[in-house]
Amino acid sequence: MTMTATDTLKIEANALFSRKRMMSFGLPVVVMAYLTYIFFSFDVLGLSTRFDIDNARALVADSYSYKTHVTRDNRSGEVTIAIEGERKGTYEAGVSPDWVSLANSGTVIDLGGGHVVTFGQDNLVSYSIPDYGVILAQPGAGGVRAQLPSGDVPSWINASKNRLTVTTDEGRLTVTRNRTEVFRYFMGWELFFFTLDSPYHGMGFFELAGHAMNGEATAIWHDFWTNKMWRHADVAWAIFETILMAFLGTMGAAIVALPMAFLAAKNFTPLMIVRQATRRLFDFFRGVDALIWTIVLARAFGPGPLTGALAILITDTGSFGKMFSEALENVDQKQIEGIQSTGAKPLQRYRFGVIPQITPVLLSQILYYLESNTRSATIIGAITGGGIGLLLTQAMITQKDWEEVSYYIVLIILMVMAMDWASGWLRRRLISGGSADS
Amino acid sequence: MAELTGTVSELRADYLAQTRHKRMLNGILLILFVALMVSGFMIADDRNAGGFWSGLHRLFDFPKEVLSEAAEKASDLPSHLVNFLPSLIETINIAGASTLIGAMLAMVLSLLATHGLAPWPRLIPVFRRVMDIMRAVPEIVIALVLIFVMGGGPLPAMVAIAFHTAGALGKLFSEVNENASLKPLEGLESVGASWAQRMWLGVIPQVAPNYLSYALLRFEINIRASAILGFVGAGGIGYELKNAMSWGQGQYDEAAAIFLLLFFAIIFVDQISSYYRDRLTHGKKEKVTA
Repeated sequence: MTMTATDTLKIEANALFSRKRMMSFGLPVVVMAYLTYIFFSFDVLGLSTRFDIDNARALVADSYSYKTHVTRDNRSGEVTIAIEGERKGTYEAGVSPDWVSLANSGTVIDLGGGHVVTFGQDNLVSYSIPDYGVILAQPGAGGVRAQLPSGDVPSWINASKNRLTVTTDEGRLTVTRNRTEVFRYFMGWELFFFTLDSPYHGMGFFELAGHAMNGEATAIWHDFWTNKMWRHADVAWAIFETILMAFLGTMGAAIVALPMAFLAAKNFTPLMIVRQATRRLFDFFRGVDALIWTIVLARAFGPGPLTGALAILITDTGSFGKMFSEALENVDQKQIEGIQSTGAKPLQRYRFGVIPQITPVLLSQILYYLESNTRSATIIGAITGGGIGLLLTQAMITQKDWEEVSYYIVLIILMVMAMDWASGWLRRRLISGGSADS
Repeated sequence: MAELTGTVSELRADYLAQTRHKRMLNGILLILFVALMVSGFMIADDRNAGGFWSGLHRLFDFPKEVLSEAAEKASDLPSHLVNFLPSLIETINIAGASTLIGAMLAMVLSLLATHGLAPWPRLIPVFRRVMDIMRAVPEIVIALVLIFVMGGGPLPAMVAIAFHTAGALGKLFSEVNENASLKPLEGLESVGASWAQRMWLGVIPQVAPNYLSYALLRFEINIRASAILGFVGAGGIGYELKNAMSWGQGQYDEAAAIFLLLFFAIIFVDQISSYYRDRLTHGKKEKVTA
């Protein structure tokens, strides 16, 4: 008898072992097979042809540096200096940064490292490069007519009849028949605090603090806040709008879902049909994804934060309804009976017997969703046109304001982390504080 | 006796004052909350292109249009469903691959960020911050940047979702790891197992069911995310939906087919995942006793 018992035990154990062995070898094989399938179906090999190295380089370089354009119109002879070549960053005529000297005889641009570009008379351009020589170009009706120092033409110079491009570490010179343009690169984000038309541009921190002490604080703040290049006021508003969408969506969903959850809980709604109907409604709200709700709502209300808030509200009503009804089904009946014994009406029974029991669960779910919805609101904002998501997509579409894109990305990450921290803090305070109180 | 009743009435007065105070605080909080909600909705309504009240009656216009057009061309519906099936599979594949890769990354990150398991305890805060940042990045941010660099298609979406998933799962996994028993680790260490061996043989078997349950939940979430990313150009069913929508009237039967596919895919995955998650957390006991 005992032998057979141990035998069956042994057989069971062997079966268990072989099953475990299957799992521990089979699982990695399945995972590898799936990833291989993905590798080919997503055409990862084709990436080398699709990968745009120039875009990547521009993106990375632009996110930590900026360039200033010095441009001469070769027909009028007019020289303009503009940060990132934008109208908003253009220096007034006759004003120049200290590395450009404007004179009637010619414009001298010091690119640093000994590299000097001179815009001479009659559209003549010279670029003197240490250890190489002087490049001369005379744009005119006959083309660019470049003269390079003798020897092989290095790969960083690209000269043709109508165009000369010289790209060095210090900067870049482009000469065509109609215009001559020099770029000089600088670290950092240009004009982040003040634009050129502000008297505070270029001041150091202590100088600014001194001015602020002298009663110019509001003027300084105004110039910073209305910065046309970085639009700090708009960005702050966009972040507020995104958080607003998340807040309205989450709280609205909780308010709508709580009464409905009673209809879906077994112990509060004995009627099976009502219960099932409510549950299917929750499934429907959740199953029709936020994406589809956004599209449908945007058709009715147009793009904007309200549409985003309502899309979050409807989707999360489904999620909250499901979770709240589960919490309600786990409620302790004794407390409700206790309240009932004091002669409480049904509404009072719910208020004092049920709600206090589920409050911690509810609050922690709501706060968790508030954080996660801040991220959703960014994404929905990008689709429906509201908040920081919209600013991000707008900056992306220009395909050149990558410094703004990286600024927005940093802000989004900080925003989500701040919401994460705030919701965690509130959760700890409300839940542990609440239980310590009572 | 008199003293006692004195303290009792004092206690009662005290209690009532406390209750009144609490009730007042709660009342103020409630008023504040209602004011925030109302003013918030008013601001949002104000900033919206169309108003809430002026748009409310149009709420069902679009679904009606789509449904009526789909009903008109009901005979085309099955062929549309078949046509869009490959893009649905692509969406599911994006979610599947990103969940898998994200979960594997999260596994490593979480082990590096758990006290008692981490090989370099000093670096635990660093790995935690890394996970926080990865978790905070919305998928769309990475997806849009990658689409610019490497063109549209499923790959940017997969990388973007996997990145976020690694951070989100990493945090949950490290909470699971904290409850793992350290005894198997000591045993393995005594026979000279390396860190990777100790983790793979000592920790992972303990935490695998919880990992799997969280990963399944994440898979549900990632299906939705991958549909949304398709809408901004990352392939899959979202991309098809955007195309069908942008053609406008006349193509709504296609949009309806895509809505249907997406809806049923989400419901299906939700059901499957909640069934298996339930089995992973509750069904395990049956197995042990059996």
